[in-house]
Amino acid sequence: MRNPKKASSRRAFLQGSAAAITGSLATASTANEADPLITNVQDWASSTGDGVDETPYGLPIEFERDVIRRNVSWLTAGPISSINFTPIHALEGTITPQGCAFERHHSGAIELQKKDYRLMINGLVDNPLIFTYEDLERFPRQNHVYFCECAANTGMEWAGAQLNGAQFTHGMIHNMEYTGVPLRLLLNEAGLNKAENLKDKWVYVEGADASSNGRSIPMEKALDDVLVAFKANGEALRKEHGYPVRLVVPGWEGNMWVKWIRRIEVSDSPVESREETSKYTDVLANGIARKWTWVMDAKSIITSPSPQTPVKHGNGPLVISGLAWSGHGKIKRVDISKDGGITWETARLGNQSETKALTRFYLDTEWNGEEWLLQARAIDETGYVQPTKHQLREIRGENSVYHNNCIQTWHLKTTGEVENVEVS
Amino acid sequence: MLRYLSLITICFLATTPIFADSKFGLGRTALPSEISAWDIDVLPDGRGLPAGKGDAIVGEEIFANKCAACHGDFAEGIDNWPALAGGFDTLADEDPVKTVGSYWPYLSTLWDYINRSMPFGEAQTLTSDEVYSIVAYILYSNDLIEDDFVLNNQNFSKFNMYNSNGFIIDDRKISEYSNWSKEPCMKDCKQSSKITKRASVIDVTPGESSSSQEIEQPELNSKKTNIVSIDPELIKAGEKVFKKCKSCHAVGEGAKNKSGPQLYNIIGRKMGSADRYKYSKGFKLASDEGRIWDEQLMIEFLRKPKKFMKGTKMSFGGLKKDKDLDAIVAYLKTAK
Repeated sequence: MRNPKKASSRRAFLQGSAAAITGSLATASTANEADPLITNVQDWASSTGDGVDETPYGLPIEFERDVIRRNVSWLTAGPISSINFTPIHALEGTITPQGCAFERHHSGAIELQKKDYRLMINGLVDNPLIFTYEDLERFPRQNHVYFCECAANTGMEWAGAQLNGAQFTHGMIHNMEYTGVPLRLLLNEAGLNKAENLKDKWVYVEGADASSNGRSIPMEKALDDVLVAFKANGEALRKEHGYPVRLVVPGWEGNMWVKWIRRIEVSDSPVESREETSKYTDVLANGIARKWTWVMDAKSIITSPSPQTPVKHGNGPLVISGLAWSGHGKIKRVDISKDGGITWETARLGNQSETKALTRFYLDTEWNGEEWLLQARAIDETGYVQPTKHQLREIRGENSVYHNNCIQTWHLKTTGEVENVEVS
Repeated sequence: MLRYLSLITICFLATTPIFADSKFGLGRTALPSEISAWDIDVLPDGRGLPAGKGDAIVGEEIFANKCAACHGDFAEGIDNWPALAGGFDTLADEDPVKTVGSYWPYLSTLWDYINRSMPFGEAQTLTSDEVYSIVAYILYSNDLIEDDFVLNNQNFSKFNMYNSNGFIIDDRKISEYSNWSKEPCMKDCKQSSKITKRASVIDVTPGESSSSQEIEQPELNSKKTNIVSIDPELIKAGEKVFKKCKSCHAVGEGAKNKSGPQLYNIIGRKMGSADRYKYSKGFKLASDEGRIWDEQLMIEFLRKPKKFMKGTKMSFGGLKKDKDLDAIVAYLKTAK
């Protein structure tokens, strides 16, 4: 594969911005020559395009070929037990298309057909049950939009600015509309009288893949908003997201959203599985680690401009666009700073915020080639304000991997290029 | 646990008539044999452990065959694969080394994880005694037991891990939320804001970030580079199958050994011939005998690795489909 882009893209980029800067600000610019794209009859305006039998199931047009999941190969030992990143820098709105929504596997993405699918509910239940896929479709179902964020999202940025792109710093997240059955209904079907007092009970959930990725979830959450989901964004889950059935644990770390879910066990204690002891625990500065840090705290990120989406249009109107979310509920407000946190202005929310789902925010502003240190700060309905990296480090030190929800800084340079930086 | 439950919860659990939901009569009763096939989790107090035993002496041999390719002979970890031993008293250091010995709070976690998910690519093939033995070997590698200590289901739950007191339950509500829930500053929030660190200095971002207007067109070149008259579709399919191998093997010119040997020009190459790679006894012997990999042998090997070469360190379980086998051989033959 050729790799000429370092030099050429930079050159093209600089030319583009230089040309645009000559335009005046308040009015539309003028042209000296007629645009041949308008004055000449183009092929596409004369001949015919593809027939309806061409693409029974479509992918994005080839010009969008760059909007793909990417991975960081040095992060993990190999691609089977690994993660990739959603191209959030190139997406808009709030719903993540399944085809580019990040994947995280512990033993690879398995192929499991609906006809081979079984879900077992056992443990402290009155009658242990087996459900088929068709059984699940016969329970009353619900639709909810939720974000799923890996606890390790932004984890590489603890010690300093490291990866240059919103996709890599914040792309372990996706946001989909799930269709599924409340876990509560399935537990009720098996009967919880045997569990007696539910206050100190747990469910242990595991997948059908070789890793099984078992996690313990307190009964309170299991009976609250957890879904056993079989559709996302209106269609079947993708293989890589747990086809045919996955667990949806709203607002809580992605590792608990067990894919290919095959068993739910009601128990009197947590299993203390590999994923909830050796991983997904947070070492503090004194060497003591926090466990059961399930909730994803409020967080936000400016997706454009960002290192992968520099400002190419020159001076004048600029839309700052970003995403905010909170595992505690709805996003109430997002503030934006252009000077690295000295002054802030409140952004416009681009959609009605939903609980535990992505909210889009905008600042419709003007840029005249000055240097900016761009930051966004989310505030959720509980009043929690997204902290700075300094605030997080004061309490947790620098040895954590997970749950880094700090305010991110992008350095917008006079050229329109953007870099991931850390500020004082 | 009690600490975690909020007032709201208690009210919720006490008053919400969740079980006023009527039953739907869906599903069927799980049979005891089905439950015991899937319900294999092991709890910290030892519940769930099957009868059995093992020591580090037996464990070492199993570990060398089934685990060391990724975790190293001494459980020290190879490349990015997890180290399982050492790292004691580093948790408060700048780069804590979190191993079974230094970090894991419960021994049950180790037994449970090995039993259900290891070896990587060949999960749930170990006997209970093998699991006990491997667990014993990992404890021995951490100097936590003597090599003749016999671990069994009776003494298991009495074993106290080194870092068993190293964890607290999520305290963010107290340590963080109250501090960070004040009306935030909007003006003159600090004196100045200067750049202290830059991502470009570290330069670890993969590829070049780019916009949709600057698209590489790699597909267009592929015809020119393929001189070999093998169906390019088959090679492409083989490249896909090779994803299963990639975590342990590199291929192509200048490929280096990873946890498995490099595979450059493997078809036509002598068995066990990757420079500086530590092969199993079987492949060493094959090398001494001058056996050569051809397509048919490779297909046989990849269909059932352990059957083809007893004692191979490769933990991969094998490819079942003929078309995958044909494809991967086509890819291995042509990978540059």
